[in-house]
Amino acid sequence: MKKFTRFNGIVAPLDRANVDTDLIIPKQFLKSIKRTGFGVNLFDELRYLDEGYPGQDCSQRPINPDFVLNLPRYQGAEVLLARRNFGCGSSREHAPWALEDFGFKVVIAPSFADIFYNNAFKNGILLITLSEEEVDTLFEEVEASEGYRLDVDLEHQRITTPGGQAFAFEVDAFRKHCLLNGLDDIGITLQDEDAIRAFEEKHRQARPWLFRQPA
Amino acid sequence: MSGQTLYDKLWDQHLVKQRDDGTALIYIDRQLLHEVTSPQAFEGLRLAKRKPWRLDANLATPDHNVPTTLKERAEGNSGIKDPVSLIQVQTLDDNCKAFGIEEFQINDPRQGIVHVVGPEQGATLPGMTVVCGDSHTATHGAFAALAHGIGTSEVEHVLATQCLLAQKMKNMQVRVEGELGLGVTAKDVVLAIIGEIGTAGGTGYAIEFAGSAIASLSMEGRMTVCNMAIEAGARVGLIAVDDVTIDYLAERPFAPTAEQWQAAVADWRALVSDEDATFDKVVTLKAEEIEPQVSWGTSPEMVTGISGQVPDPLAADDETLKRSHTRALEYMGLQANQKITDIRLDKVFIGSCTNSRIEDLREAAKVARGKKVADSIKLAMVVPGSGLVKRQAEAEGLDKIFIDAGFEWREPGCSMCLAMNADKLGAGEHCASTSNRNFEGRQGYGGRTHLVSPAMAAAAAIAGHFVDVRTLAANDASHAQEA
Repeated sequence: MKKFTRFNGIVAPLDRANVDTDLIIPKQFLKSIKRTGFGVNLFDELRYLDEGYPGQDCSQRPINPDFVLNLPRYQGAEVLLARRNFGCGSSREHAPWALEDFGFKVVIAPSFADIFYNNAFKNGILLITLSEEEVDTLFEEVEASEGYRLDVDLEHQRITTPGGQAFAFEVDAFRKHCLLNGLDDIGITLQDEDAIRAFEEKHRQARPWLFRQPA
Repeated sequence: MSGQTLYDKLWDQHLVKQRDDGTALIYIDRQLLHEVTSPQAFEGLRLAKRKPWRLDANLATPDHNVPTTLKERAEGNSGIKDPVSLIQVQTLDDNCKAFGIEEFQINDPRQGIVHVVGPEQGATLPGMTVVCGDSHTATHGAFAALAHGIGTSEVEHVLATQCLLAQKMKNMQVRVEGELGLGVTAKDVVLAIIGEIGTAGGTGYAIEFAGSAIASLSMEGRMTVCNMAIEAGARVGLIAVDDVTIDYLAERPFAPTAEQWQAAVADWRALVSDEDATFDKVVTLKAEEIEPQVSWGTSPEMVTGISGQVPDPLAADDETLKRSHTRALEYMGLQANQKITDIRLDKVFIGSCTNSRIEDLREAAKVARGKKVADSIKLAMVVPGSGLVKRQAEAEGLDKIFIDAGFEWREPGCSMCLAMNADKLGAGEHCASTSNRNFEGRQGYGGRTHLVSPAMAAAAAIAGHFVDVRTLAANDASHAQEA
């Protein structure tokens, strides 16, 4: 995982509540056994006017000119501004893989679904939860000014608008640490190998049926 | 000190280490694997030169991609026409073989949807932690197991360490008190709950379902309820252990036997919330007020009773909701204030990890017996949840009832719930579906899903539009009296 560093990026607004992971990446693209290459199919059903299938040359497909990510002013966006309950539904990690592959480093919303929240951080994507009012303010500003960018500073847990207004956000210490240092958490967990073995042995003694195999 | 909730107890029993930063290491007793969310996890293990921590904690079966016609299935993996799907299923077989993980392959009679297979085998037991790279893992909470969906990175983490990094959730109790009316099922209960608390109502919580109406449900009904906890935003749904739980598990292949069974049962009896346990949030529904449910929109919270109507978006509480409802009606091709019983259907799907167990098929067959699927229905299909469910249904003659009525009787898999195989909706088609998600495009590009119970789906197939299954039940009862 890459280290998450402070950056100043273009913001794209997706004005829609309850964006589910089926919408972020439709099921036909989950057939891949790789982790990469999902970016061209991010929001496939909103982005294109036809039905997509895996392995297709997306540059030849009719694009939906009204969809926000297709508008020239949002090209190169690295911050996605969204509405409440973003990422609900299926546990598919293909959703953050697609967002990351497309170029998004940050999603800002009033709330996120739990499984998506975990999956995003494990792929180096920072999810920032702000209040409904703060998100409303950002939507107004983004839509009002072309080339709108936000400065994202994870270390100090704040984003700053072009006008100099700063919004503080919460993020738990462990996730922040992993993101800033680009750490693989399996490696971190295995530092506790002895504790896991000791727990496992005690657990097996107490409840041997949990370790049983069929005859 | 107040008592513990069921969730608190399960958490404590699996806590390996609490870290200062608020995260915890939780031990995982069972991981279920399928072809869609596991290949990248196995690949990650290989790249890091790691081995699975405990092979026997894992159980795998292909389900999402498998074809469901007998003709295709007769050829095993080579019957999978889509080459990309074939690679995925083949990759699961290869990975399980290479690492030594038990797998029920495509034509093993025990193959099926992971969330049907686990409980059916007794591979899901009370007091376990159960994970799977699938959000409907909440299903297993019906057994008082701490079960939830995880992403592929976490699948790899569990394979490598037998643990999960987690943060403790908050406790919510959803009580359904009273007696369910005739024709009102577990599916209607959970849809009504989602309609009440919303798709984000349970975010951050483990929900324990309780109350007399929940206690009256069979294990299969309880699985249907817990299955859709995630549709209320909660990763975890739970139901306390009682005699129904224990009776279900006796003599299942992976369940303990003899003296170990006695010890296990004694241990399981404690898997209930203490009387003085406190919940962060409690929601109560009256069973008598729940009628058969039908979803009208593109989120499971967009649901109403069969006697209701499609809402008017302009009446929604706030701007965001107004926009969501407007967009949903446009996508669904429905009018504000349209009666639910006026929604005409093109396809009917009975199946999925929510509703493909034997009792679901019995309920649907009871409605379909001696009737015919309406001419206007292009396809009505029944997809059993596992090879063993299929075998049981055939032993009871349910397959004949469905086939005689004009339904297609298929082979087990996830099928049209998410349409990763060939079973899908065409653009604009309305489907009465016993699955769990009515998201845009979920069952096929441009497809329009209405979530219902198996009995309601069967009734809709016969009528060609939604009907109140309670009136059918009443008619049947009065006919029986006349005869």
